[in-house]
Amino acid sequence: MSNTLAAATQPTPAGAVVQWGFLTITVANLVTILAMLLVFVLAVLLPFPAPHEEGEEP
Amino acid sequence: MSTRPTESTRPVAGGSGTWTAKLTAWVEGLVPKGQWLPDRQPAYVASWVYVFGVACLASLVVVIVSGLVLTLGGVMWWHSSSVGHFVNSVHLWSVELFFATMVIHLWGKFFMAAWRGHRGLTWATGALAFFGSLGTAFTGYLIQTNFDSQWISTQAKDGLNAAGIGAFFNVMNVGQMVLWHVSLLPLVVGAIVGLHLLLVRRRGVVPPIGAEAPDRMMQPGSPRPAGPPEPSAPRPGPDMSSDERARTSSGTRS
Repeated sequence: MSNTLAAATQPTPAGAVVQWGFLTITVANLVTILAMLLVFVLAVLLPFPAPHEEGEEP
Repeated sequence: MSTRPTESTRPVAGGSGTWTAKLTAWVEGLVPKGQWLPDRQPAYVASWVYVFGVACLASLVVVIVSGLVLTLGGVMWWHSSSVGHFVNSVHLWSVELFFATMVIHLWGKFFMAAWRGHRGLTWATGALAFFGSLGTAFTGYLIQTNFDSQWISTQAKDGLNAAGIGAFFNVMNVGQMVLWHVSLLPLVVGAIVGLHLLLVRRRGVVPPIGAEAPDRMMQPGSPRPAGPPEPSAPRPGPDMSSDERARTSSGTRS
């Protein structure tokens, strides 16, 4: 219980941030957004697995 | 031997005039026959871009199930027990996945101009689902019952008061926000998502720009079309790669 109380009363560090002019974003959020953009680009570019014909062995 | 119906088995009068018959006809007419759970989709659906809508829906199912488990244990359980920590983390990360897939789904549909073909209401309900989900996630952050939630609630209180809507609810009232998060907002988001799915099934998924949706030929159990592909799709030729052949085949299982 003391560990729980200690964990609850210790604020989580804010983490590193990136500043660009008036824009400020945490590195974690920036990495997440870049990863989403990468997934989107890959989804557009990568071919989808071709469907198997009925009766065809996979 | 006579098979005439007896008094007990003879249908009673009423037929299509009853409210149950009208309701049944209305429900059946919401979506074209065979399109509630179609097992075939047009060839252009065989693309990763079309995956994110259902990935978002799958994430939402995990969000709801893990949230229901959290309601069984309560706040102290998810703060103090290892199983509670685990379910809490599942809830958090499924929400992260839900939003990531929803935003990628949004990007894909935006660049596809998914409101084409009388799909404006489908697009609008998707946007409403997005904003409703934002509110639900926000109230989730408020009920963490830690310093993080205190910070978020006090900052949000100022912002909402400045926007002129702070009189209608109090983000620093944990009891109110708990009920909003576990009852009110999930019902709202669930209704909007249900309407969104209904409209997707009613209108069909939007075709890519330049392609045309087939004329609902994808009935369940129908034989695979043996003739040439739809006029809108290029005919597979000897100069095509295997990937291009796959993309232009006439139909694909969903």
